[in-house]
Amino acid sequence: MNHLRRLILKGGGAGGALACALAAGLLRPSTASAAEWNKTAFEAKAIADALKNIAASGAADSAEILIKAPDIAENGAVVPIEVTSRIAGAESIALLVEKNPFPLLAYIDLVNGAEGYINTRFKMGQTSVVKVVVKAGGKHYIASREVKVTIGGCGG
Amino acid sequence: MADPMKIRTKLVDGSAHIVVLMIHPMETGQRKDPRSGQAYPAHFIQNVTATVNDKPVLVAQLGPAISKNPLFGFRVKGAKAGDKLAISWEDNKGEQARAEATIA
Repeated sequence: MNHLRRLILKGGGAGGALACALAAGLLRPSTASAAEWNKTAFEAKAIADALKNIAASGAADSAEILIKAPDIAENGAVVPIEVTSRIAGAESIALLVEKNPFPLLAYIDLVNGAEGYINTRFKMGQTSVVKVVVKAGGKHYIASREVKVTIGGCGG
Repeated sequence: MADPMKIRTKLVDGSAHIVVLMIHPMETGQRKDPRSGQAYPAHFIQNVTATVNDKPVLVAQLGPAISKNPLFGFRVKGAKAGDKLAISWEDNKGEQARAEATIA
């Protein structure tokens, strides 16, 4: 479980504690809203900023994250993606698309027995690298894969 | 208000495979009305929570780039037949929906 998130959730229960944390400079105001929705990370326009805001800047490349996505997506509005992490104890999975206007797609916490697996569908405007960040044991791991989007829908 | 969700569950080797389909426009705020040139305002799901027997298993924050009618598949180890699954979401306009299902 994300320690910072726990801290924030507790803080939310007792406003005083949160105010203290803010005053002590433990939390930047932008981080404090992360318990609800990480606005800074989702509104970041560059993938590096998005990664920084989910605290995954120094993520290590890993071959243990399997990304199943089409090599060529005929319809950029519905691109299926399936992520399976073979890293033990996955705590969260973040999905990012490098060339989207806002790279961060989703940030998913997995707790209480949820496996390191996620399956969803996303939109992408153009051919881009898709990155997946898995957090396990307090460390971040990253894997990427390119998905081509065809314009004209002929599927080349 | 919000349309219902569709939930499917299947038990495979001691873990529950759950698929949820949420009915939502997921408007990005980037798309423009061709007649007026105005962008359609963003309208998308921001938070999704799934619980099994009232314990959270998946807590997701979504951006607008998740496809229209979001689909999420996830797996919960140790979940048993008869366990109570609940999914709830909230979008950026404060609309909410909640659905329950029994794992089978």
